[in-house]
Amino acid sequence: MPLPWLVVFLPWAGALLVAAVPGLRLAALLNLGVSAASLVLALFLLGTPYGEQGWTRLDALNLPLVVLSFVIGFTTAIFSLGAVAAERFDHWRGRAYHAAFQVFMGAQALALLADNMGVMWVAIEMATMASVLIVAVHGTPAATHAAWKMFLICGVGITLALLGTIILYLAVQPLVGHGDIGLSWAELRAVAADCDPGVLNLAFIFLLVGYGTKAGLAPLHSWLPDAEAEGPIAISAVLSGLLLNAALHAVLRVKAIVGANAAAVAPGPFLVALGLASLLLAALALWRRRDARRFFAWSSVEHMGLAAIAFGLGGAAANFAGLLHMLGHSLCKSAVFFGVGHAAQVKGTQKLAEIGGLVASHPVLGWGLAIAIAAVAGLPPFALFTSEFLLLVEVAARHGWLIPLLGIGLLTAAAAKIQTLQRMCLGDPTPDVPHEGAWWPPRLTEALTLGPLFLHLALALLLGVALPGPLAALLAEAAAIPG
Amino acid sequence: MTFGQLPYDVAHLLGGAMLLLSFVLLYQRRVTAVIHAFAMQGALLALAAAWQAHVQGAPQLYLTALTALVAKAVLIPLALRVLVRRLDLHRTVETAMGIGPSMIAGVALVALAILVVLPITAGVRAIAREDLALALSVVLLGMLMMITRRNAILQVVGLMSLENGLILAAVGVAGMPLVVELSTAALVLVAFVVAGVFVFQIRERFDSVDIGFLETHRGERR
Repeated sequence: MPLPWLVVFLPWAGALLVAAVPGLRLAALLNLGVSAASLVLALFLLGTPYGEQGWTRLDALNLPLVVLSFVIGFTTAIFSLGAVAAERFDHWRGRAYHAAFQVFMGAQALALLADNMGVMWVAIEMATMASVLIVAVHGTPAATHAAWKMFLICGVGITLALLGTIILYLAVQPLVGHGDIGLSWAELRAVAADCDPGVLNLAFIFLLVGYGTKAGLAPLHSWLPDAEAEGPIAISAVLSGLLLNAALHAVLRVKAIVGANAAAVAPGPFLVALGLASLLLAALALWRRRDARRFFAWSSVEHMGLAAIAFGLGGAAANFAGLLHMLGHSLCKSAVFFGVGHAAQVKGTQKLAEIGGLVASHPVLGWGLAIAIAAVAGLPPFALFTSEFLLLVEVAARHGWLIPLLGIGLLTAAAAKIQTLQRMCLGDPTPDVPHEGAWWPPRLTEALTLGPLFLHLALALLLGVALPGPLAALLAEAAAIPG
Repeated sequence: MTFGQLPYDVAHLLGGAMLLLSFVLLYQRRVTAVIHAFAMQGALLALAAAWQAHVQGAPQLYLTALTALVAKAVLIPLALRVLVRRLDLHRTVETAMGIGPSMIAGVALVALAILVVLPITAGVRAIAREDLALALSVVLLGMLMMITRRNAILQVVGLMSLENGLILAAVGVAGMPLVVELSTAALVLVAFVVAGVFVFQIRERFDSVDIGFLETHRGERR
């Protein structure tokens, strides 16, 4: 079996395993083991030659995203091992949570690796259903509401994406004939130039709206804040860090196909418009948030918007900035969610007004969270600063009139995040809530939940100031793919 | 292609009947009547898929037809009926938009679908082309139904009707790969949604299926 298939099937086999074991703690340990094994397999992908293996296809664009997904999957499993006791799952909920997490990881990998657009759609649908299940797992009215909203909005989104996929096949059918090849991305891209541009336009609109919903782009973002606020904390990290990337990656693949046809509508301006709308809306919405996890979910809307703007501009430099932004955002945002999750457990609430003075009461957590929020706000020296800088340079050189809009959005959002940083981390500490039923001694719990945070910050720092040569070459190669 | 060719006429007849049922879904106020109309739409979808299987000589489409018949015409409507009986929902339900305006909006959406699809697909074979216009209309009407209904069950019916339109589009495109897989995956999605409603209703997490009630549970308003 080709290695990319193994990377998909191992988490799914792991899902069966964690669903079968009786004890919650054993399941959490097994979850970590499966995640570690998947990460090792994903790292082997780095040495695999590019190419097609049936329905999957490894290339420079999906390789860094797949590896990053499994890095974050692994660190999230570590975090989950430390934090899941505080979620107080009963027996079945614990099984459902761990199994759904591994199903999600496999589907995420398949969504990125798929060459066949139909398979990609099925994978994104599976990932959606697994994450809906995790969001709903607590069964409280608020969690039910969040999951229901995610169901309906994402359900409509992905059915529209399927309609787009069908129309895409309709466009290439006269050229490639029947069979699986009619949905192969490589084949679609190769023949796109000769397709009927009108049909291609129709397909593009449906695919953009469908996958854009999943990527959390305004005005189709409204499921995201609730979903990230109500599920177990670990799911917020993977929703923000992984699922949004998979959806944006699907949009990029579509852009590459439609962009290859000169007579079809130019996909770039649509992406820039959706991206700007997301950025500006999120920059304003951030000021009105009272819930810590909703606050950072809105920040995900902002960052997805920035990446969409970069990909909308197109060209090697802007695409490079967009890809770096995706990687940096995944790392920094999941780091923030690890910190916020730990803080919410310590303080017994996730309301911004009731979390304060973390630096004074819990120095390691406080500083870790403060640095992570600064990184998400786009302050140097982390990856998001670098990517936003590259993006601004590119925008200034090519579409100077966008600079004021982009500047207002970035500054307003960064100011809101700095204010939140001050409120949560500095100042007088708010009282702690003792929590019982911990599985590990306090020190070990802290190491398990905060270790991943600092690991992510270290990686984001590496991407920001000293991008390793081979990775830079890989990203540059990937930047040529969406066009 | 013109009238008088049996494969096209039957396909268009079945597609048109599905569109008609979408309008029925849009104007019905009683939940049980909506469920009946949805079951009929599912049965028509099964017929349409079977007809395409016959015309295109694609035996795998019979599988799509069979799953549509079993799931959408029988099992899901039965499950919804059980739910309605258990929750005592035989009364009429509120709409966010009056019946008249939503019918006008529905007609406008059908016109939009035809105006969008027919000119740009001039080069495509007619069977796919007109089926696509019908399917897109069904999809848009399903979305309209989801928007204008405030009741969770009716929103689910809207989503499933939207998905019926999708499958109609997929079976109409000759040679479309993975139709069976994609339609099954889409079906799993709606089954998951129905199961979600079912589970949460049985546990009586909320005593009304009106989603307006759910709004009070948004975290930020606590």
